[in-house]
Amino acid sequence: MAQRIVILGGGTGGTLVANRLRKSLAGEATEIVVVDRDDRHVYQPGLLFVPFGLATVDEIVRSRRAQLHSGIRFIEAEVDHIEVDGDRVILADGTVLEYDTLVVATGAVLQPGETEGLADLGHLRRVHTFYEPNGAAALGAALSAFEGGRLVVNMIDMPIKCPVAPLEFGFLADWYFQERGIRDRVELACVTPLDSAFTKPVASERIGGLLSEKGIELVTEFNTGEVDDAGGRLVSYDGREVAFDLAAVIPLHGGAPFITRSPGLGDAVGFVETDQATLQAKVKPNIFAIGDAAGVPTSKAGSVTHFEGEVLVENLLRHLDGQPLDASFDGHTNCFIETGFHKALLIDFNYDTEPLPGHFPGIAGLPLLKESRLNHLGKLMFQWFYWHVLLPGRDVPGLGSDMPQRGKERVSA
Amino acid sequence: MPTATYAGHDVDVNDEGFFLDPSAWSEEMAPDIAKDAGVDELTDRHWDVIRFMRHEYDEHGAGPTVRVLGKASGVSVKELYQLFPKGPAKLAARIAGIPKPRGCI
Repeated sequence: MAQRIVILGGGTGGTLVANRLRKSLAGEATEIVVVDRDDRHVYQPGLLFVPFGLATVDEIVRSRRAQLHSGIRFIEAEVDHIEVDGDRVILADGTVLEYDTLVVATGAVLQPGETEGLADLGHLRRVHTFYEPNGAAALGAALSAFEGGRLVVNMIDMPIKCPVAPLEFGFLADWYFQERGIRDRVELACVTPLDSAFTKPVASERIGGLLSEKGIELVTEFNTGEVDDAGGRLVSYDGREVAFDLAAVIPLHGGAPFITRSPGLGDAVGFVETDQATLQAKVKPNIFAIGDAAGVPTSKAGSVTHFEGEVLVENLLRHLDGQPLDASFDGHTNCFIETGFHKALLIDFNYDTEPLPGHFPGIAGLPLLKESRLNHLGKLMFQWFYWHVLLPGRDVPGLGSDMPQRGKERVSA
Repeated sequence: MPTATYAGHDVDVNDEGFFLDPSAWSEEMAPDIAKDAGVDELTDRHWDVIRFMRHEYDEHGAGPTVRVLGKASGVSVKELYQLFPKGPAKLAARIAGIPKPRGCI
């Protein structure tokens, strides 16, 4: 019987799931449809480098359609909502798209309007975000015109995509101003709602140490209630203030708006309520979620999406066969943290194991939680890997979805 | 492992004062925990938040973040900070006897 699988979102998760399914279901009549509102696939890890002139927007954007294997239909359209009971997607122009199985892979959207003073982000004088291409380019222009003063990077609240990116921004800014020979005229501060540099103890301690070595102030437990562009200050809900001459802010994140318009599908901020092991949506068995769109307790990061993809495809195929879902996602996350001067840290963790020192993926691998040039090269090479291995859905020997325990040292903070 | 005495009952808590076993909590303990945490008096508005925290924990197995509290509890984020200064999600979770919200990964 001909079936239709509809995948909403043609980013990291949607693309790799579509390609893996097309391969697994080769020769079968199953139709695979990917829907996205545009044809611009952004290599999001590249956004961090744009403000520092290390990448341009053109270099990190490609066609979504071109990343999909033949035999996958691509529809460029906005989604209005999902009729969960009727197994139908309603597009913004009223078109009805029926499905047998649905995958929600629509990522996270920036919600600057939720914070006082940020509604006009994109048109502010000295507040920018590097979390989308135009903002990253605008921040680049602001940085190159910056001759000294106080530069602040502020994440408004979790969850955000790539929780280490604000720290990396601080490290790269330190490098950037040293290169320009004006580091002594620039004050750098990372302002976070967390009670330390990162969310997990051992990594927090090491990263916190790096911040102070590099002379970057860390302001913790700061819950930004207002961003005052004209006055150059962040104001917290409990009345504290942080002054700035230039600010890089990471706005609040939520799920795609159609999720909130589809009763039962999402949580309070629009992420799909999802089983953290099987990746099946809680609302109905024929719906799955992947990547930033999925409300599971792990980082919103491309590596997570990559590892989830394998599990999701296996479970989706089992669902089509009427079998119990036995593939299980362990929360595996793997991030390179760029620390400037051609070095990077690598962290690797899952739902139960925090990032630890050692080597990845085994004792002879890349150093974990330690600055090295090798990790920086790893981060640079990853872009090639992303377009040519990860999105096409190729398996990589030794890099499975489960987090490797080998090579990790058991330490505590 | 530290122990605390609330409303005459000994309970196990972690280093930050969060209950190890949420089922050991009862409403009569809340005023004592609140005092320990620097909140002298629990008003009806405090109780709205505390009951919402317990409800969320029962439904989802975790306490909500301050942002979800602001959207779903009927108390605005601004007011939450007046009721539970510094960290509403953390403080309200502690007083409600549930684990520290993971919120952030």
